[in-house]
Amino acid sequence: MTSKSSMHIDPYERNWIIISIVLLVTFATVVGVAGFAFGIQVPSPEQRVDPRTVADEGPWADPGLRELSPGKYEAYILAQTWVYMPREMSVPVGSEVTFYITSKDVQHGFKLQDTNLNVQVVPGQVSKLTITFDEAGDYNYICTEYCGAGHAAMFGTLHVEP
Amino acid sequence: MSTQTYQISPAEKKFIGLHLFFAVAALSIGALFGPLQALEHAGLDLYPYLKPVFQSYYQGLTLHGVLNALVWTTFFITGFLTLAVTNGLQRPLKYPTLNKVGFWTMVVGLVTAAIPLLLDEASVLYTFYPPMKAHWAFYLGLTLVVVGSWIEGYGFFYTFAAWRKDNPGVRSPLSAFGAIITMGMWQIATLGVATEILTMLLPWSLGIIDATDPQLARTYFWFTGHPLVYFWLLPAYLSWYSFLPKQVGGKLFSDALSRFAFWLFFLLSVPLGFHHQYVDPGVPAGWKLLHAILTYSVFLPSMMTAFTVVASLEKAGRARGGKGLFGWIRALPWSDPSVSSQLLAGILFFFGGIGGLANASYNVNLVLHNTAWVPGHFHLTVASAVTMSFMGISYWLVPFITGNKLMSKKLANWATWLWFVGMVIFSNAMHVVGLLGAPRRTPLGLAPYVPEEWSGHLLRVGIGGTIMFFGIYLYIYVLARTAWSKKAEKVTIEIPLAESEHDPQDTPEWLDKWVPWIIGTIALLVIAYGPQLVDQIGNISLNAPGGRVW
Repeated sequence: MTSKSSMHIDPYERNWIIISIVLLVTFATVVGVAGFAFGIQVPSPEQRVDPRTVADEGPWADPGLRELSPGKYEAYILAQTWVYMPREMSVPVGSEVTFYITSKDVQHGFKLQDTNLNVQVVPGQVSKLTITFDEAGDYNYICTEYCGAGHAAMFGTLHVEP
Repeated sequence: MSTQTYQISPAEKKFIGLHLFFAVAALSIGALFGPLQALEHAGLDLYPYLKPVFQSYYQGLTLHGVLNALVWTTFFITGFLTLAVTNGLQRPLKYPTLNKVGFWTMVVGLVTAAIPLLLDEASVLYTFYPPMKAHWAFYLGLTLVVVGSWIEGYGFFYTFAAWRKDNPGVRSPLSAFGAIITMGMWQIATLGVATEILTMLLPWSLGIIDATDPQLARTYFWFTGHPLVYFWLLPAYLSWYSFLPKQVGGKLFSDALSRFAFWLFFLLSVPLGFHHQYVDPGVPAGWKLLHAILTYSVFLPSMMTAFTVVASLEKAGRARGGKGLFGWIRALPWSDPSVSSQLLAGILFFFGGIGGLANASYNVNLVLHNTAWVPGHFHLTVASAVTMSFMGISYWLVPFITGNKLMSKKLANWATWLWFVGMVIFSNAMHVVGLLGAPRRTPLGLAPYVPEEWSGHLLRVGIGGTIMFFGIYLYIYVLARTAWSKKAEKVTIEIPLAESEHDPQDTPEWLDKWVPWIIGTIALLVIAYGPQLVDQIGNISLNAPGGRVW
C-alpha cells in the first residue's frame, strides 16, 4: 500500500507532464513576447458611443479618412446592415492608418484581408487598431460576423497606392 | 469494485433511452443542413429549392448549430451520465422523479425553441448575439433546456451524496465521479448565459426593455461558451477513461491522474472565456492576456488525458500481441465499431487540440478570428472527438437499453469511417481556406470578394461535407434498425466498466474531497472574472435596440 497522501505516478507519465508544462510555458512566453515586444495589438476599450445617434452626430456622421499629417491617417468607419461607410478609401503606400470602427445597428466583423487587422464591431463600442501599409495594392475589408440577410455582400476596399 | 451487482432497471433503461431518442432525433434534423452549407461553399446552392420550408442559408445554419451542438450533445450527455452515475455507484437514482422533471423540462424547452427556429423567427445562429433579435420563445426554450439539465444534475448530486453517506472513506467510482464533475462544472458555467437571457434577452424580446448592451451580453455568453466545450468533451473523456480500456481488453492506466485531470477541468474550464473575445473592443487587453494564459493551463489536463488513455490502450494492444512502436495500434479490436469510433475520435482530437492552441494564442488569433478556420476547428472537437465518441458509446448503449443486437457491425464501422474520412477532407479545407481569409458564417457563393485561390479548397469543403452526410445518416439508420427491429437477435450486454491498474483506494484522499476544490474554483473565478464583471455591469448601457435583420 502506498501512502494515501501521495500519488503514484509512472515515470513516463511524470516526464510527459513535465514536457507538457514546459511546452505550455513556452507558448505563453512567446505570446507574451509577441504582444509586448513586437507590439502586436488587440483592441482595448476606446470609447462608448450611442448606436442610436452615432450616425447623426460626431465623427461617424461623416465617416471616412482624415489626414492628420503626411502619411498619417485616421479612418472612421461606420458598419451598418449591410454596408460599410465608406465603401472605398485610398491612402499612399507607407501610410499609417488608425481605424475607429463602430456599428449603428447589429454586430458586424471587420477583417482587412492579408493583414492582422481583424476586429469584432459591437454597437456602442469603438474598435480601434493601427496599421501601417508597406505594400501597395487593393485590400478588401469584409464582414466576418453574421449580420442578417445581406451579410455575404458586405465589404469595402482600401486602395493603397504606390 | 468491478463486480457489477446492481442491474439498471427496465424503467431506468427506458429513461436513458428517451434521452438518446431526442438526441438522435435532433441530430437527424440538424445534420441535414451540413451538406447544404458545404455544397453552397463548393458552388452548388440547394437552398432555393427548399424555399417553401426553409427560408435561407442562415436559417439552416442556425438549425444546424442549435440542434447539433446544443441539443444532440445535451440530451446525449444527460442520458449517458445517468448510466455513469447509477452503474458507477451501483444504486438507483435517489429521486428518479426529480430527474424525470429535469428531462421533461428539457423536452418542453426543445419544443419551445424549435417552433420559432422552424418558422424562421429565430435565425440568429447558435450564439444569438444581440441586438439581433429572435422571437422570445427561442430564448425561453433555451433557458428551459439549461434549467432542465440543472435539475437532472441535482438528481445526480443527491444520488452521489446518498452513496457517500453509505460509503464513508471509500474512493468514489471514477465513472460516477467524472459525471458529477461534469454536471458540477456545468452548473457554474451556465450562470453566464442564464444571466444573459434572464436579465437582458428575454425581457428585451418580450418588450419589457427597449435595448441591450451587446458587449456585456458577449461577456456573459462566453462565460458559458467555452466551458460548454468541456461539458461536451468531459463525457467523451469519461468514456475513454472508464469504458474504452475494458472494451479493448485492458485496464485504466492511472485512476489518480484521471481524477486529477477531472479536477483541473473543474477548476480551469470556466475562467478563460475572454479568449473568445480577443478582438472585442470592450474588454481590456490585459484581461485578454490573463485568460490566454489560463487557456494554456487548461490544455494540461487534456495532455494528461492523452497520456493516460494512450497508455491504457498501448498496454492492452501489447497484451493482444501487438509489437513494435505502432504495432499495438493495429492489434486493438478495430472491428468493434464502438472501439473504432472512439479511437478515430481521439486521432482527430489530436489535430483539434493543436488548432485550439492556435486559437488560444492572443496574437495568432488575429489571423483566424471569425474565419472558416474556426468551424474547421470545432468540427474536429465537438463534431469529431465528442460526436464520434458518442457514436461509439451508442453502439453498445443502444443494444444494452433495448436488448437488441447491434444491427450490423459492418455498417456501423462504415458509418464511422465515412464520417472520419469526410471530416479529414472537410476540416482540413476549412482550416486552409480560413487562413487564406474566408469568413465563417457566410454563404460564399453570394460573396462578391471571393478570390480564385479559394475555389479548390471550397470544393473540398463540399466533397468532405457530402461524405460526412452519408456517414451520419448511416449511423442513424443503424441505430434505428437496432432499436426498432422486431426480428433482432436478443442480447444481454454487460456494461464495459474498466478496472484500474492500481486499487482506486490507493488514490490519495485529497483527490476525492469536494470542498477545497469548489472553494478554489470560486476563488479563481472571482480573480479572473470578478473585476471585469463589476466594471462591465457597473457601466452597462442598454442602448442597442437592434431587431430582426434576416
